[in-house]
Amino acid sequence: MFCVIGERINTTRKSVREAVVKRDVNFIQKDVKKQQAAGAHFIDVNAGARIGHEMEDMKWLIETIQPVIDVPLCLDSPDPSVLEMAYGMVNQPPMINSISLEKDRFDTILPFLKGKRCKIISLCMDDSGMPTGAQDIVDRARRIVYAFEDMGIKRDAIYVDPLVQPVSTDNAKGVMVLEAVEGIANELPGVHITGGLSNISYGLPKRPIINRIFLCLMMMAGMDSAILDPLDAATMAAIKTTEMLLGKDDYCTRYLQAIRAGEIIA
Amino acid sequence: MLNSIYDNVIKGDLESVKEGVTQALAAGHGSSDILNTAMIPAMQEVGRRFENEECYIPEMLISARAMHGGLEVLRPHLAKADVEPVGKVVLGTVKGDLHDIGKNLVGMLLEGAGFDVVDLGVNVSPEKFIEAIRQHKPDFVGLSALLTTTIPAMQATIDAFKDVGVRDQTIVMVGGAPVNQAFADKIGADIYAPNAASAAKKARAMLKRI
Repeated sequence: MFCVIGERINTTRKSVREAVVKRDVNFIQKDVKKQQAAGAHFIDVNAGARIGHEMEDMKWLIETIQPVIDVPLCLDSPDPSVLEMAYGMVNQPPMINSISLEKDRFDTILPFLKGKRCKIISLCMDDSGMPTGAQDIVDRARRIVYAFEDMGIKRDAIYVDPLVQPVSTDNAKGVMVLEAVEGIANELPGVHITGGLSNISYGLPKRPIINRIFLCLMMMAGMDSAILDPLDAATMAAIKTTEMLLGKDDYCTRYLQAIRAGEIIA
Repeated sequence: MLNSIYDNVIKGDLESVKEGVTQALAAGHGSSDILNTAMIPAMQEVGRRFENEECYIPEMLISARAMHGGLEVLRPHLAKADVEPVGKVVLGTVKGDLHDIGKNLVGMLLEGAGFDVVDLGVNVSPEKFIEAIRQHKPDFVGLSALLTTTIPAMQATIDAFKDVGVRDQTIVMVGGAPVNQAFADKIGADIYAPNAASAAKKARAMLKRI
């Protein structure tokens, strides 16, 4: 099933940052309960925006969120000491967001990963910068997968992010990442493909329609997870509908369930 | 004739702009006149439309490309007439950050506003910025960062400018998704630009004040 990582608990969002500053338990708990009800499989938690407060904010967020949801957390931090603390608090294996092939970042997170039970998102970013072609992205994904497999991490625990870039500044970027996803799915079977999608529409008007149609194309290409807002009902409806159309919903069961639950608006 | 250059820059019609500039030069228009009364005002108008969401990034890019093409025709004539650029800018994405789209847009619009732009690329160390300040003596240094994890490098860069005594030699402009006015003030930047069009506008306004 398509894995939705709910992106809402991120302190770069003003309302969340304010709730974190005020230690507003109710605001955060209500939000994550809604994300879970809407179909999030992981709740991403990012406490990075208040520089110098990440450790305490992350701790408070996990304490606040975990008691009211059943789905696991996606720990979103580049700081291994924050991840270590957070990992010690979670009551089921989390997802880690994220590592990349940039040497500093890779070497920093690597010791943390040793012996941990977790899923890990890895960006197809390396020290040479953003990827410049589909094959480049596939090659980076391969380096990620092989590096982790060498460490004993199972392919099923690896989520590669091919890095979506805007079509507004280069209209070849959409096709590039779609071809890359297809390549990764074909050449590295079993690895998961995830990431944020909204970069695609940067600089263009009416972004939701672009994001949604791009999501469907990415699913067609082999993407099986995304970091998005599960409270965006139209997007969640698009995911369920696309899964059905791609033959991943036996007897259209989940689609019809969603219809009866009023979740799909034609 | 200058009006049609103006219109064609806005339209983003590269060939017509090149042709228009060539014809205007042949008809005796001064290179500085063509630049300052047709081309730069056209890019300013594009910037205004962009800020008002009347036009979008791809449309701005196509105008910037037309502007760039016109400038190539014009440049030798500007040099011959000793026309100086309105100012010089050194640009780069700070150390640890590899994003370049925002920075490139800023560069294009600054060029469109008549600036000479030196682009240092991405992952630029404070030392590299300092070297560029010493070498190019820019009116502005533009720092870009796109991540909450890399904006601290903006502070480090400005601090390094102070340490070696070049901070007062240039105006520091900052921008990027996680940057805002409060942060710019906190780290001691001179200008915060929320988008590429405003970067060009603010840079020109600042130069007029000096």
